[in-house]
Amino acid sequence: MEKRRAINNVIYHVFVVAFGLLMIYPVLWMILSSFKMKSEILGTNAPFLPSKWVFQNYPDGWRGSGSLTFATYFKNSIVVSCLGTLGTVISSAMVAYALARVDFKGRKFWFTAMIMTMLLPGQVLMIPQYIIWNRLGLVGTFVPLILPKFLGWPFFIYMMMQFIRGLPKELDEAAMIDGCNKYSIFARIILPLLGPSIITTIVISFYWIWDDYMGPLLYLSKPALYTVSLAIKGFADAQGTNFGPMFAMSTLSLIPVFLLFLFFNRYLMDGVTAGALKG
Amino acid sequence: MQAETQKQRGGFLHNDNVVGYLFAAPFIISFLCLTLIPMAMSLYYSFCNYKIAALPEWIGLQNYANLMKDATFRNSLLVTIQYVIIGVPLKLVFALLVAMLLTRPTKLQGFYRAVYYIPSLIGGSVAVALVWKQLFGSRGPVVSLIKTLGVPNFNFFGSTTWAFLPLVLCNAWQFGSSMLIFASGLKQIPKDYYEAAEIDGAGAVKRFFKITLPILSPIILFNLIMQLISGFMTFTQAQIITDGGPNYATNYIALNIFKEGFSYQHMGYACAQSWVMLLIMAAVTGIIFKTSSHWTFYES
Repeated sequence: MEKRRAINNVIYHVFVVAFGLLMIYPVLWMILSSFKMKSEILGTNAPFLPSKWVFQNYPDGWRGSGSLTFATYFKNSIVVSCLGTLGTVISSAMVAYALARVDFKGRKFWFTAMIMTMLLPGQVLMIPQYIIWNRLGLVGTFVPLILPKFLGWPFFIYMMMQFIRGLPKELDEAAMIDGCNKYSIFARIILPLLGPSIITTIVISFYWIWDDYMGPLLYLSKPALYTVSLAIKGFADAQGTNFGPMFAMSTLSLIPVFLLFLFFNRYLMDGVTAGALKG
Repeated sequence: MQAETQKQRGGFLHNDNVVGYLFAAPFIISFLCLTLIPMAMSLYYSFCNYKIAALPEWIGLQNYANLMKDATFRNSLLVTIQYVIIGVPLKLVFALLVAMLLTRPTKLQGFYRAVYYIPSLIGGSVAVALVWKQLFGSRGPVVSLIKTLGVPNFNFFGSTTWAFLPLVLCNAWQFGSSMLIFASGLKQIPKDYYEAAEIDGAGAVKRFFKITLPILSPIILFNLIMQLISGFMTFTQAQIITDGGPNYATNYIALNIFKEGFSYQHMGYACAQSWVMLLIMAAVTGIIFKTSSHWTFYES
């Protein structure tokens, strides 16, 4: 009996690990390809591991295809992602507090509006939003990518609302008796307790903005403002069949997301399930 | 009287209505300026001939009439529906199976879940789309494997029949969030349900269909709706991996709207398409919600 259980256990772990390797095979393939000579990346005889590790793809890729290097694109992505994340956290926490804890007229209406916005397909808004930003003369700047993040992001508003609803109301009431008003309750009670939810928001919104392709594609036309995702696409088109440098830059572009995941994966995974279960 | 009670609580700024609207202001502004007004504009433009540089010209229902005759649009609806019908169930079944696989309590459970989540973490990125394009390309490892298995001259992206498959797989591969949601649902099923069923002689398959599925049904509904919506909107992967080809076989509706609006400058026409897309999505989710009372099961 004991023995059978042990064998079962081994089979289980071998299977899960093997299947896991299959799942991350595309990622491994990308990383290994970034260290290969051109001739070893594709074709029926392509080896799994590079026969000789080539590091030249990285400087070749970093140089980019035009007059700009990937230093510019990474800088742009960092600016857009950091400001966007900052805006998302501040505005979403404020709105979540209002909807979860302040009893104002029309609260139900705005909550419904928030849920509807969350479910609305972006394609309906894509063209008119573009026209608005164009009229304001802001197409070709970072503003259409960053400013909306300072106006609340329904997914995170909802997530933070769920978290705030889980905090005991007695905390607010006790603070009220101690002379706090609604503003200081937000600043001194809710915000500090919101910590885990804020970390989740930072991690998820950062990587969503970092990975965003459609936004930069619509609003950024000058290569000097390209984010990494847009630049890699252009770089791949310009490089033709020279895939090594492209895989090198693809690998680099995923590193910030991987680092976030490495340090905060618990928060990230909590965030994913938060909306679904407590609703 | 009203003013007095407000004063007692600290004046105008401390009125609940004022506080509420101040804190909710960011969302209210964005809802009005970036959702409501754009939707109204989009509806108006859908009845117009409109290019970005010119003034909109009212043409009534002409755009919608043209849609009926537009073979490209009809095709893009069909391939999108094909993508959703094949892709979403595949992803959900896969997510549920992996979630069940990873319920076994071991010290490595957290690590395994993290590894299986990696595809979802990066799957939406341009980098992965570019990798996918080569991975399933005519000289990539997947096609090489298929060739050694005895199908010569196989090619995904040159075939109108098979080009959709790498895109569906790329979507199903990102099963991580659905998996995590299923996993936390599975954790909430009381152990004694299974024990009681086992004593009564119910096998594993029966336990799955009679206990697991019914209890998970509200979570299945949630995942189904979320995946349907994101499936209908698939854009980045299709734009980069196939750009809608070959011969429009993967010209999904979001991609078609983008091309009509921005490549061909038919903005009014593109708006009309987006409204048809919205109506179809609303109808599908509506039907699922309406019928869900028959197949979802809520513990009181």
